[in-house]
Amino acid sequence: MTDSILGGGVLPILYMLAAIGFILAIKWMNSPATARRGVIVGEIGMLLAVVGTLLRAEVVNYQWILVAFVLGTAIGIPIAYIMPMTAVPQRTAFSHACGALASALIGTAEYYKGLRQGPTLTHVEMTALIIETLLGFLTFTASLMAFGKLQEVLPQRPITYKGQNFVNLGIFGAAAGVGLALIFAPGQTYLFPIFTGLALLFGILLIIPIGGADMPTVIALLNSYAGLSASAMGFVLNNKLLIVAGALDGSSGFILSVIMCRAMNRSFSNVLFGAFGQLQTSSGKVAERPVRSASAEEAAQILEAARTVVVIPGYGMAVAQAQHKLREMFDILTRRGVNVEFAIHPVAGRMPGHMNVLLAEADVPYDKLREMEDVNPEMPMADVALVIGANDVVNPGAETDPKSPIAGMPIIQAYKAHTVMVIKRSMNPGFAGIDNELYYMPNTIMLFGDAKSFLANIVKELGALVRA
Amino acid sequence: MGSYEFDLWVFMLAAFLGFQLIRGVSPLLHTPLMSLTNAISAIAVVGAILLAGEKDASTLSRILGFSAVVLATLNVVSGYLITDRMLKMFKRREPEKK
Repeated sequence: MTDSILGGGVLPILYMLAAIGFILAIKWMNSPATARRGVIVGEIGMLLAVVGTLLRAEVVNYQWILVAFVLGTAIGIPIAYIMPMTAVPQRTAFSHACGALASALIGTAEYYKGLRQGPTLTHVEMTALIIETLLGFLTFTASLMAFGKLQEVLPQRPITYKGQNFVNLGIFGAAAGVGLALIFAPGQTYLFPIFTGLALLFGILLIIPIGGADMPTVIALLNSYAGLSASAMGFVLNNKLLIVAGALDGSSGFILSVIMCRAMNRSFSNVLFGAFGQLQTSSGKVAERPVRSASAEEAAQILEAARTVVVIPGYGMAVAQAQHKLREMFDILTRRGVNVEFAIHPVAGRMPGHMNVLLAEADVPYDKLREMEDVNPEMPMADVALVIGANDVVNPGAETDPKSPIAGMPIIQAYKAHTVMVIKRSMNPGFAGIDNELYYMPNTIMLFGDAKSFLANIVKELGALVRA
Repeated sequence: MGSYEFDLWVFMLAAFLGFQLIRGVSPLLHTPLMSLTNAISAIAVVGAILLAGEKDASTLSRILGFSAVVLATLNVVSGYLITDRMLKMFKRREPEKK
């Protein structure tokens, strides 16, 4: 670094300022009021780091870099602006794939470069390099698989076969073994492609048994891996900025996935290897039981007469794109003096915070978006709990039935509301294939139909009621 | 080289700082948080630039470095832009009807 045209001391300071920018960026994410400021300092940090790096003496060949900048920007801008908000989980998975692949490719290049330059690859460097490439390659394919599932190019249900966990652990063990061999004998170049292949394969196999309901945890975990891979690169390049930025991303993803696991009362290994959400053939056909259903007109009357309405959205709302109609309903009811709030379960949707972003997009003020722990104590006071496209997160079986696959999962206690209304396409069980006692309770009214069109009807009926 | 012990300390402290900071983030903003940290971890672009811009890099280094710069730039650009686009949507009260 000392022979940089920036002079000996300037580059480390630029990198340090960049790290400070990243730390502040995350710190300011703690409130929507300061979050946008956070994005700006994050951008400045990145700019300082990139400019500083470009001015380093080792960097002499600019044309490739400039072309790459232009290309990356040209792809990045349309992705950021054209993509609809409902596709946020897919985009996140896609960008994890890009980040992880970038880091894996750099690791690969560093490996061959290290070999070319003679015996410079120490055990320590090789360890960092192996961690970087292992996490990078496996996160790359795993994120692509997650992307495929979220985009519904691939089946969303978990795919399982006998001995799957055995195969997965075997492949991972093989990858780790070959990686270990490379650490002690970096010169065995034929091992590196094998290592790469095993890591890529493991990424694919890891996601095959993951169902859509577990996507929030898995996306957060992949986020963590991508960060850790970048951090490992910092060890290879002896660059503190990379270590810090990667560690921040790694810990962020890790915490988010812990929060998601807790919100489902499940462990990491259960998420990764439990293949949750399979069709439960054992329970067989549940006997047809009577439910109460109602029309949009009746639903509108109940809503209009309520003082407090708690809306509980789930992935079904995102699929039906019902958030804008929901907002119209929110507007009419609010004008009528009805207090409407939204109760968001941590794992509702396909990634952490998914529902919040969709409702914010529909202009629902964020102080109306409440967390599960805050809402539950108030649930008995609610006149109406309106469940839209959510299922397992309101299933009372999680509290009452110790044999339920979701036993112990914290739920939004919709059943405690005076009246429960559930907008649902049909009586088919939800994603986890678990029957939901909520639908058969005496205070529950089923509203059968597509969430968006049913809400549109409710809005129309409400409009008529208000005029009358 | 040989400073890996120091690097490990840096990593450990940064990870703990991360834990503390993330705990403070409201679940409301978990999605933008993830896209922000994603953009931040695209700091890998530093490593990519060093590879792609080296004087006597091999063709392999050049190609891998170039691809990595493209991928990391893509993440930086789309990551920050989309984070901001999402954050812009979070409003406290009803916006005035125009």
